[in-house]
Amino acid sequence: MSTTTRPAPVAPEADLASLLPRSWKVPIALTVFTLLSAVAFALTTKATAVSRVAIMTGTTGLGTINLTFGTLRWSWALTAVMAAFTGFAWWAAANRIHQVGQLPVGTTVGTIVGVGFVCTFLLWAVADKASPLQFTGLLSGALFLSVPLIFGAMAGSVCEHVGVINVSIEGQLLAGAFLAAVVGAVTKNAWLGLLAAPVAGALIGALLALFAVRYWVDHIIVGVVLNVLVSGLTSYLFSTVLSQNTAVFSVAAKLPTWKIPLLGEIPVLGPVLFQQNVLVYIMYVGVFVLQIMMFHSRWGLRLRSCGEHPRAADTVGIKVNRTRVLNTILGGAIAGLGGAYFTVAAGLAFGKDMSGGRGYIALAAMILGGWRPKAALLAALLFGFADNLQNALGIVGVAVPSQFMLMAPYLVTIFAVAGLVGRVRAPAMEGKAYKG
Amino acid sequence: MGELSPEQATTGSRVRRAMRDVATSQATLIILSIVVALVVGALLIAGADAGVRSSIGYVFARPSDFFSALGHAVGGAYSSLFQGAIFNLNPSDNIAFLAPLANTVAYSVPLIFAGLGLGIGFRGGLFNIGGQGQIILGGLLCGYIGFAWHLPVGLHLVVCVLGAFVGGALWGFIPGILRAKTGANEVIVTIMLNAVAGFLLAWFLTLRAFQANLNTPISPSVAATARFPHFFGTAIDLGFVLALAAAVGVWWLMERSTLGFRIRLVGENPEAAKTAGMNASMTYVWVMVIAGGLAGLAATSQLLSGVAQQLNGNIAGTFGFDAITVALLGRSKPLGTVLAGLLFGGLRAGGYIMQSATGTPIDIILVLQSVIVLLIAAPPLVKAIFRLPDPERRRQHLAKVAARTVRKEAVA
Amino acid sequence: MRLELRHVTKRFGDFVANDAIDLVVEPGQIHALLGENGAGKSTLMNVLYGLYAADGGEIRLDDKPQHFAGPGDAMAAGIGMVHQHFMLVPVFTVAENVVLGQEPTGALGMINVKKARNFVTEISNRFGFDVDPDALVEDLPVGVQQRVEIIKALSRKAQILILDEPTAVLTPQETDELITIMRGLKESGTSIIFITHKLREVQDVADQVTVIRAGQVIGTVPPTTSQTELAEMMVGRAVDLAVHRTEHTAGAVALSVKDLTLLDPEGRAVLDDISFDIAAGEILAVAGIQGNGQTELIETLVGLHKPSAGTITLQPPAGPAQELAGRSVKSILAAHVGYIPEDRGKDGVVQGFSIAENLILDQVGGPPFSSHGGLKMKAIADNAAKLVEEFDVRAGSAHASLSQLSGGNQQKVVVARELSRDLAALIVAQPTRGVDVGSIEFIHSRILEERGKGTALLIVSTELSEVTALADRIAVMFRGRFMGIAPAGTSRNVLGLMMAGVEYEDALAQGARGGTPTSQSEHDGGAEWVS
Repeated sequence: MSTTTRPAPVAPEADLASLLPRSWKVPIALTVFTLLSAVAFALTTKATAVSRVAIMTGTTGLGTINLTFGTLRWSWALTAVMAAFTGFAWWAAANRIHQVGQLPVGTTVGTIVGVGFVCTFLLWAVADKASPLQFTGLLSGALFLSVPLIFGAMAGSVCEHVGVINVSIEGQLLAGAFLAAVVGAVTKNAWLGLLAAPVAGALIGALLALFAVRYWVDHIIVGVVLNVLVSGLTSYLFSTVLSQNTAVFSVAAKLPTWKIPLLGEIPVLGPVLFQQNVLVYIMYVGVFVLQIMMFHSRWGLRLRSCGEHPRAADTVGIKVNRTRVLNTILGGAIAGLGGAYFTVAAGLAFGKDMSGGRGYIALAAMILGGWRPKAALLAALLFGFADNLQNALGIVGVAVPSQFMLMAPYLVTIFAVAGLVGRVRAPAMEGKAYKG
Repeated sequence: MGELSPEQATTGSRVRRAMRDVATSQATLIILSIVVALVVGALLIAGADAGVRSSIGYVFARPSDFFSALGHAVGGAYSSLFQGAIFNLNPSDNIAFLAPLANTVAYSVPLIFAGLGLGIGFRGGLFNIGGQGQIILGGLLCGYIGFAWHLPVGLHLVVCVLGAFVGGALWGFIPGILRAKTGANEVIVTIMLNAVAGFLLAWFLTLRAFQANLNTPISPSVAATARFPHFFGTAIDLGFVLALAAAVGVWWLMERSTLGFRIRLVGENPEAAKTAGMNASMTYVWVMVIAGGLAGLAATSQLLSGVAQQLNGNIAGTFGFDAITVALLGRSKPLGTVLAGLLFGGLRAGGYIMQSATGTPIDIILVLQSVIVLLIAAPPLVKAIFRLPDPERRRQHLAKVAARTVRKEAVA
Repeated sequence: MRLELRHVTKRFGDFVANDAIDLVVEPGQIHALLGENGAGKSTLMNVLYGLYAADGGEIRLDDKPQHFAGPGDAMAAGIGMVHQHFMLVPVFTVAENVVLGQEPTGALGMINVKKARNFVTEISNRFGFDVDPDALVEDLPVGVQQRVEIIKALSRKAQILILDEPTAVLTPQETDELITIMRGLKESGTSIIFITHKLREVQDVADQVTVIRAGQVIGTVPPTTSQTELAEMMVGRAVDLAVHRTEHTAGAVALSVKDLTLLDPEGRAVLDDISFDIAAGEILAVAGIQGNGQTELIETLVGLHKPSAGTITLQPPAGPAQELAGRSVKSILAAHVGYIPEDRGKDGVVQGFSIAENLILDQVGGPPFSSHGGLKMKAIADNAAKLVEEFDVRAGSAHASLSQLSGGNQQKVVVARELSRDLAALIVAQPTRGVDVGSIEFIHSRILEERGKGTALLIVSTELSEVTALADRIAVMFRGRFMGIAPAGTSRNVLGLMMAGVEYEDALAQGARGGTPTSQSEHDGGAEWVS
């Protein structure tokens, strides 16, 4: 067709771009946080107030640095930084700029302002208190508390990428916790308990797969009902078998805490990251391996094709439903392993409903992390941090009711799914039965 | 595949077809699911019973020991479950004979309220996991009005009930409006709000105004002016009548009102709703407000009737999640929800009696409930367990046989 | 490789989709499978590709019987398929899509990215495809996605390639390029089964034509068979396409669109400065290849998208002119605008609702079907009884679920619902897609009747023959723009040029010179609309 030239694709021209709607959600939310920081924290601080923070440097107990901040000066400085970034967000929204280089504006600025807000709050909360804020303990505790969330989020990520919505993470954690405790107590060996945990989770995963994949039952329904089932089953066995033999079952086996040579000596980070329970190290490896395998291996490619376009997978000879079943079981096993956290990792005996809704939080963390293991890790750490914050501040003796601190991560999640964070895409065909 | 000869087709197949109709009907499915659940429960009861476990060691030497232990454990538990839920077989009078049934009705009330609410959500295409939080907020408002305000008899009760509805509706409004305005996934938001509601309740119970005794997280009792009147000296009270009225109201809403038409339309096909000029987003808000309000009413059964009539940390129990199973079992229809509520209410009423009489923990009820709901959601599984005809499977099977025959012929 | 199908039968419930089909494809042959929508062509190919299990018959390759339990078996035997709806994972790269299921891996099952790229570039270079292995599939135009599909099949050493309606989403040039590719493949010894319902393409490229109708083979003929004859084999009777239209003069302008522009979130113009007028009693048809902004145009007109710029003015027969741009769907429908959406199943009906309920979907909010928030069950039932009768909806009962109706009858429900209202303008998209021949004629006559009543009609159709049969004037859309508005009776070949992005005047000039290098040529009106 020599005589017909196609018109060039219509590019976003300057005059066209001005027709696009602007989104003010992010700058408005950030302004709220900045003003809150100024009004609630900076303005209420006495000029003479000081905030003390203790940081461990290396080996336990020894080298502790006590830092003293002038509360007023620092909270205004932090608020100023927040205000600057909020201003940038307004400017970016006005000019419809969504990305700077590779960084999405909303998420990045939101994270910076969020961290600023938390720091201002911490300084304000511990101002003029007798004992300093144990910063190292706050972080390492947060890491430990986020372990089941991270395992749960990994489990959710595997299942959802293969196309199965896993709401039964809660049940899988609980089942893992239960079996780990029972096996650990009976064998008096925490390691065997650790091995048993994923088996329990895998069983629940298998039930999920049976109903969701084989019988096409709505995935969320199966998930919720399985949680009820596991709760009932473990509570029942706890009240009968376990209570009848307290001599055996109230003795808890505990996994050791290891200090990694060299790494554990790194100032500040060492005590936080590398003087942890064995399960934490398994988690490090797990997230790393999963992130790589999910996006760069044959397993990951096939897994995701079943969640994104099962029919396409079928036409190239991939057994969609078999892949879904196997990986749902794998996901269950991962969550089950995370359940070991509650019992053999923490050195506790089993208690009724001891997972306490953490499976649901793990699900939220996974969504907050955009279905990617790496990002879900960060989201889970946020939850762990908020959880531990009330412990740490409780020790210092802070006036804020603990309930509101506990509430914070849930509110953050609501904010996040309501669109503060850039929209991320779920696997296209998750929750949809593949009927061949 | 041998066709039936004419004479076979007349008598034989008619009987067979009738039997197949019975075997594949909804009622049969539910009954069979309950049977399977009871068998699972029996295994658990037997497994936890010391007598059964010790006798199984020598079951081949003296089977009678094993079976009598088994019968004792399972029979004892289930007979007390039955007597606790339906009829007391050793009654002191007629009322005592029927008292268990009245208890069943009483336990079913919160399940029916919350189940109706969740059912509306399901039909509107929303997965509302937030029953728990909605009940808590309903309870907070209802309870506070009940113990802190002083109003005349009757009016006080009405205001309390309204308070429960408004509290739950408020907590339903949040996920509804977020879904409508931002597309936020209601499953996540309601899960988060359950937790937030729990902490909120805990905080309120730290306030002096919400404590009967200093530093005890239990509120004063609801005033006598705000309590549901009881009928015939049984556990049945006005709450049950309200629940039935709510069921009728929900039926009218869903089947006979334009709002219900919109809710069903948005649930079935949101794109078609938008194309037909409906505001699907606002419909989500309505669904969540009504669903939340109904769930909030579930709180009245602990506050305005029952024994304690106090607000405490456990006001919502596990009703929010139990109600999901109730709505699922009831297929999100009002009548079904009432019946499912009565069934699970009966399990609960009987479960408490069973726990006190035989020491079988009430937690086993959760197992029975979840097994029933799982099986009802997967009819082919029930049919496979009982080897009932399944038209779909049968067709697939025939196709498979045909294909195999073809293959054989081809090889030959 | 020689392929032979013997008596292949496939049933869905009581419906026989393929009834003892016989088909022979010689090595290196391009074999066209011709038939109407729903004739059973795709079902047959899905059986051949192992996606469906046949209920009877056998498949032979080089005289050896084959048993395909799944597509994997078919592929291993050398059969590749390019589906009508591409089987590509949108969020994967081209290379990932091509290697999926046959991944070159290194240690620990990690994908060897370099080898994966080579899969693509090697075939891409051999046939001159020009495909970037690292591009995300969702970013590629459909024509390129189709080549990815072909690469996928060839990378699996396919010797028989099934192309299912490959030209449905292509522009004429892309179609030409595809035909060149097909000839190249044929030369390299690959057999091609080419499924289509477009007669012209069959004659351009096929070596042999098998016509299928209602699940049965009607005959296998050489491509030199005349169009009329092929069309008759497809449809089963002489097709009367002379729509009985009465000439009449259109009235005053009823719907006026000026400078209508719609941007997608990235700021690209999906609708670019569109202006047109439609008079009362006039039909403006919008032709074009699928995906050039037609869907967005009609959805903007009825308020499903807010236009970024421009005006949409409605002048009803009585009363003042109304501006529709920026108003809600509800208020636009209330302004006497009717809407028959393109994707009936997705937007037009609710499968779980009864026929009666579907007949009031967009009218339930007011009288006569409701008052004070309550539904008037009797009015709803009466309305259903009346419309089912009037529009010849073949249903057991108006209270039956809509899902029990055939596609044609479901479309009649939508048409009945909209035409039963008092309309000033009617927006119609793909009025006869997936509809049987009898219903097509019925729907066309009702649309023309509505024109006679003085309603302004905008009809979007990708079936060029439907456009030429109904339109008073024809607009052609290309990449969000109108290439011009041509009068009724404009030749196919001018319209075809416009569909490829040539402005009307230029197309007219080229068409008059007869200098179009495309293979489009004028055909007698006989069976045109099937193409």
